[in-house]
Amino acid sequence: MAHVLLRHRDIPDIHKLEIYKKNGGFEAFKNAVTKMKPNEVTDVVKNSGLRGRGGAGFPTGMKWSFIDNKNWPHYVVANADESEPGTFKDREIMEGNPFQFLEGVAIASYAVGANAAYVYLRGEFWQIAAFLDEKIAEMEEAGYLGKNLFGTDYSLKIYTHLGAGAYICGEETALLESLEGKRGQPRVRPPFPPSYGLYGKPTIVNNVETLTNVPMILANGAEWYKSMGTADSPGVKIFSLSGRVRKPGNYELPFGTTFRELIYTHGGGVQDSRKVKAIMPAGASSSLILVNDDKILDTPMDYASVRTIGSDLGSASVIVVDDTVSMDWLINKTVHFFRHESCGKCTTCREGTYWMSHLTERIHEGRATRADVDLLLNVAKQMQGKCLCALGEFSTMAVVTGIERFRSDFEKVVKA
Amino acid sequence: MSLAEKYPKEVKQILAKYPPEHKRSAVMPLLYLAQREEGYITKAAMQDIARMLDITETDVASIVGFYTLYHDKKEGKYRMQVCTDLPCALRGAEEFLNNLCGNLGIKVGETTADGLITLEAVTCLAACDKAPMFQTQGPDGIKYHEHMTVDKTLELIEALKKSTAEAK
Amino acid sequence: MAKQITLTIDGKQVTVPEGTVVADAAKMAGIDIPVFCHHPKLEPVGMCRMCLVEIGRPVRDRVTGQFVMENGAPKIQFMPKLETACTNKVEEGMVVLTRSQKAIEGQRGTIEFLLTSHPLDCPICDKGGECPLQNLTMAYGPGKSRFLYDEKIHLDKMVPLGELIWLDRERCIQCARCIRFQNEIAGDAVLGFDERGRSTQIVTFSDPPFDSVFSGNTTDICPVGALTTEDFRFGARPWELQAQASICTQCPVGCNTTLNTRREAKAGGRIVVKRVMPRQNEEVNEIWLCDKGRFAYHYTEGKNRLSRPMIRKDGKLTRASWEAATKLAAENFQKAKKNFVILASGRLANEDLFNLKSLAEHADGKAYLYTHMGGGELTSLVGVGQGTDFGKMGAGTTIVVVASDLYQEAPVWYLRVKQAAARGANLIVMNARETKLDRFASFVVRYAYGDEVKAVNDLGKKNKIGESFLKSENAVILYGSDGLGIAGSTALASACAKLLHENGFSGKPNNGLIGVWSRANDQGAWEMGFQVEEDLAKALKGKTVYIAGADPVGDDPKLAKALEGAEFVAVQDVMATATTEIADVLLPAQAFTEREGTLTSGVRRVQRFYAAVPVSGDAKADFAITSQIARHMGIILEGTSVSAVFDILAASVKSFEGLTYARLAEVRPQWPLVGREDLYYGGTTYENKQGMGAQLSAAAGRGETVSIPRVEKEALPRPKEKELLAVPVTRLYDRGTTILPSELLHQRIGEPNLVLHPSVAENLGVVEGQKVSVSFDGVSGEAVVKLSDAISVGVALIPRSMGLAIREPVAVKVK
Repeated sequence: MAHVLLRHRDIPDIHKLEIYKKNGGFEAFKNAVTKMKPNEVTDVVKNSGLRGRGGAGFPTGMKWSFIDNKNWPHYVVANADESEPGTFKDREIMEGNPFQFLEGVAIASYAVGANAAYVYLRGEFWQIAAFLDEKIAEMEEAGYLGKNLFGTDYSLKIYTHLGAGAYICGEETALLESLEGKRGQPRVRPPFPPSYGLYGKPTIVNNVETLTNVPMILANGAEWYKSMGTADSPGVKIFSLSGRVRKPGNYELPFGTTFRELIYTHGGGVQDSRKVKAIMPAGASSSLILVNDDKILDTPMDYASVRTIGSDLGSASVIVVDDTVSMDWLINKTVHFFRHESCGKCTTCREGTYWMSHLTERIHEGRATRADVDLLLNVAKQMQGKCLCALGEFSTMAVVTGIERFRSDFEKVVKA
Repeated sequence: MSLAEKYPKEVKQILAKYPPEHKRSAVMPLLYLAQREEGYITKAAMQDIARMLDITETDVASIVGFYTLYHDKKEGKYRMQVCTDLPCALRGAEEFLNNLCGNLGIKVGETTADGLITLEAVTCLAACDKAPMFQTQGPDGIKYHEHMTVDKTLELIEALKKSTAEAK
Repeated sequence: MAKQITLTIDGKQVTVPEGTVVADAAKMAGIDIPVFCHHPKLEPVGMCRMCLVEIGRPVRDRVTGQFVMENGAPKIQFMPKLETACTNKVEEGMVVLTRSQKAIEGQRGTIEFLLTSHPLDCPICDKGGECPLQNLTMAYGPGKSRFLYDEKIHLDKMVPLGELIWLDRERCIQCARCIRFQNEIAGDAVLGFDERGRSTQIVTFSDPPFDSVFSGNTTDICPVGALTTEDFRFGARPWELQAQASICTQCPVGCNTTLNTRREAKAGGRIVVKRVMPRQNEEVNEIWLCDKGRFAYHYTEGKNRLSRPMIRKDGKLTRASWEAATKLAAENFQKAKKNFVILASGRLANEDLFNLKSLAEHADGKAYLYTHMGGGELTSLVGVGQGTDFGKMGAGTTIVVVASDLYQEAPVWYLRVKQAAARGANLIVMNARETKLDRFASFVVRYAYGDEVKAVNDLGKKNKIGESFLKSENAVILYGSDGLGIAGSTALASACAKLLHENGFSGKPNNGLIGVWSRANDQGAWEMGFQVEEDLAKALKGKTVYIAGADPVGDDPKLAKALEGAEFVAVQDVMATATTEIADVLLPAQAFTEREGTLTSGVRRVQRFYAAVPVSGDAKADFAITSQIARHMGIILEGTSVSAVFDILAASVKSFEGLTYARLAEVRPQWPLVGREDLYYGGTTYENKQGMGAQLSAAAGRGETVSIPRVEKEALPRPKEKELLAVPVTRLYDRGTTILPSELLHQRIGEPNLVLHPSVAENLGVVEGQKVSVSFDGVSGEAVVKLSDAISVGVALIPRSMGLAIREPVAVKVK
């Protein structure tokens, strides 16, 4: 099947404007601006069932319809902060198929009445930002961005903005703070960005992959999009496969594809032919899926199904953990990641990740007792539901499920 | 010399990206500009940026402190930032880093005697399928180096050494 | 009035204004929800997670929007997670549980998390005893920590954030109250967080560090012992302190304060003031105090305090009895007849000034106010009406600030004017140079020195700024003496008064003229009928002079010379000065900390202060000394009790009509609640139990016919070749007698300086920091050059009370 998002894999040089145009590029945007009302565009996206690809899976069209039309100007911000350990899909889109992504930004902007859009890239994507700047310039040159587009009174500018090394800026309100030139610390919500976003103005923040779907949905219709994937999770998804597999990488597949197909058919199976011990379907933020029964691998990867096995699909960053890995090592890794990335704004996360890191270190280094493992579990649970944003909550996921589902790994490393 | 005098074109371009009443947004790109030559941000540069954006020096400093890609101390010309996060670690990143340390004779966080390389371990760089990998942060921005081995890394360092010597 | 919302908190029905957050609503209902980051004066941030509560909201029918009923009551749906009471606004029908099992566990968890990094060094911590963290730990904490003590983080414990405030990094709980106070309230964003996560720490990068005149307030609202003052650090334990109400005597704002006192071994067992704290008066200073008010009280305890009456014998001052000293003064005053002159300053209380003025009247002498600024008779005529409150000014009100740098002259007014502007008031800032208030102004008018009157007159014209002024519902003008002497400020006051009065902006609440005086009770002196004299030297020469609370000899060589030729000089003061050295009779007065009395603030609010420490030596209150002298002259002036003097005063001074001493001690309920039980909420600011004062009426408000004299302004001096026009400006920290004795302020006071525009400096061939000699009009001295591009070219600024006696604009020679 032809790719919907990773089209550069099918069409060489689609990153060149002429090639992109030749393959239907910008038709959807032009059609929207010249023939559709903004709310009609939103309706198509709503009907397609497209859900946000950043992790939360919130219906995209519904988010757009929340934009506050009593307060102007409006902004669109593309979240290209891609920082979840195990996620590397947005990068490939922007490097390989940049115009489709930028067209998605443009269509979203038109739909919500924004005349300025920002692409917020993580600081490490320095080269990609420079590349996108070139592509934006080409679009301006060709009349796809700028004033009075296609002879209408609609105008749009797209700008890139580089972060500077902070995972938390993937959280949309932290991203907005950062874009405003402040420390990237999440805001209290509500109000949500569609009513109070960039510079306090109504703002739609969408993930790169989400936006890249949009031109194809407009070009081919909502029904076409819904024909892929599942009823709960329509369409296609890029699964970033990493960890102990033979062929890690991005795989664009319909929602509902099984873990088995991803790992064995596409990923070439586990390295050294070991057994899958655990799966982290949402990167470091995952609840660990215990693969003690081979049937688990047949779970379809869609939002609802993954929930039935005690986890969440999130950003679909599938990290495969084999039976050579001990969970005390793994959670020590994830907790240190979150401790490093905690913004420090709320007590629970700042102190909780710090405390957990002391405990995971002690456990991993064999200096702990069984009581310390229980304490760690208790501290993690004490954090749950009390953090200002999702980062703190996510930091507890692997800890709680690691201990609860892989207790024997911990029994082996504690002192008697 | 102020940033605006040194890089008039770049400063103008950066400021043009944001609404004039929200020029504070320009603080991050301006900090990259200030860091370009020396690899770190001086107090004078922070003052300069604060004045340009009508914010306080403390505001600017607190941004520098928050984000890991800004530095307020002079270290190696290039920062070699190896990802050792979970997905990379599952694919040998930690051994790679250990071996590299052994070869360079420095520990993580240290700088080579010639001042060329500061070796750092960092969190996920969104290249989990291409581990071991690292990025270099230097005068010419940030570059990714993927599917790396110790040998390839040493070659890269040689090349950087050479280009630095030539530049002198 | 805002819409009222009714909700239920812990079973109690509460009705509060729409927009109130749950934590505040609970407080209003007498229910305490523990908080650290939340402060009722600051924007909510939801950071500390201490105020976690269960919140339920009534379920609404999707179609009708009506509440869904269940068993006769609205069906309530609780959120699965705890929510922060500080960020959630009240909603109709909301149900809040602050003490459910779930809420208790959440709160306990937050305390445990906070304490993991906290050093638990309460026994050596200044905050111990008045520490929200300590108190809330006892009330809501787990009692025992499961965090290994050995794994505690160790951080710097003595980090100077400037010379006034210390930071203990271990104790900090990252609530950001200090940062937010500096950003939101003070407008000096000089504190920030560095790093992130557990490494997050408070820093300042300003030059000088913590460059704000409001820094002390951060120690009041810091909920732990992280921020302490250089003044009080390791000084005493809070529970040893006595508290007495007072009024700050440093500027015309009249901030309400509390003096904390203790018997001190280091002071030989005397009871001394250990610290000055703000006392809540939402109509005056809210819960804030500037650093001058907080730290400059040390002069009252200084080595230079006078404690015994003296008489000059054979050229030397020698000890004398009160009887002898007052008698000698009386004899000379009587002998002088029309040559009797009283020179008193606004450092004195209303009662002191009243007795002095009465004495002058009975003895046929003159009573002059020692000041550099005129126009006070107009603030009595068209001053602000009763009920004036900067806190109530917002949209519809115009605030004009002309020829005054409020940040330097009256910091708390600066705060409140800034906040009024944020609420929508039309702020017009008019000055010849840039001031800090400019950035909050709707309009900034930049005139040339000498054009002040013209600039004010232009406000009455039909231009954009004039219209914004004329069409407002209310208007106040704060006028000052930036760049002006007595003549200039008098002319300016007259122009302002005319403009206000002719447009109906006088005598009503939030309308009228306000003088930004240099001393706390200058307005009081004007009310008593004191006059100013432009050529004071001439007026003093050869006269019999009674000087009270002023140091003309130390301030001005011209006046020193004039007094050399005086017939007789009686000096009444709290401390020894250059003027007391030339006295023929010396009358030691009590400091404001040792006695009671009243002061009249710049917005004409009369407020009481109380005795906090025992009297130093034989010193007496000023009004009593005057009374004793008067008695020797056969004039009866009340001298035994302040309240009696006040009652006589109120009966004879029209603007005081109807006031009683007791009425000044009345208090009204205030929001937010602050004080000892509520210190976790509002900070260590004191609750006001001793009086909020009362405002005077203005002639315009009493319906009297007001006629405003037209005062012609003299032209500015024209500098000759190689001369510069220099103008006086007021700085917060100067070398004045009530500031200099506080050594911890010396770094901020700095050296006498001459502020020049860089281009002028270049022409003169001088550079920043260079010492130059400055001479004008019989005055010469040294000053350090300071450059500023915020002032106009061709004009030099000379700060007052910094060693160069500048009274008015002058032509100066700089070498």
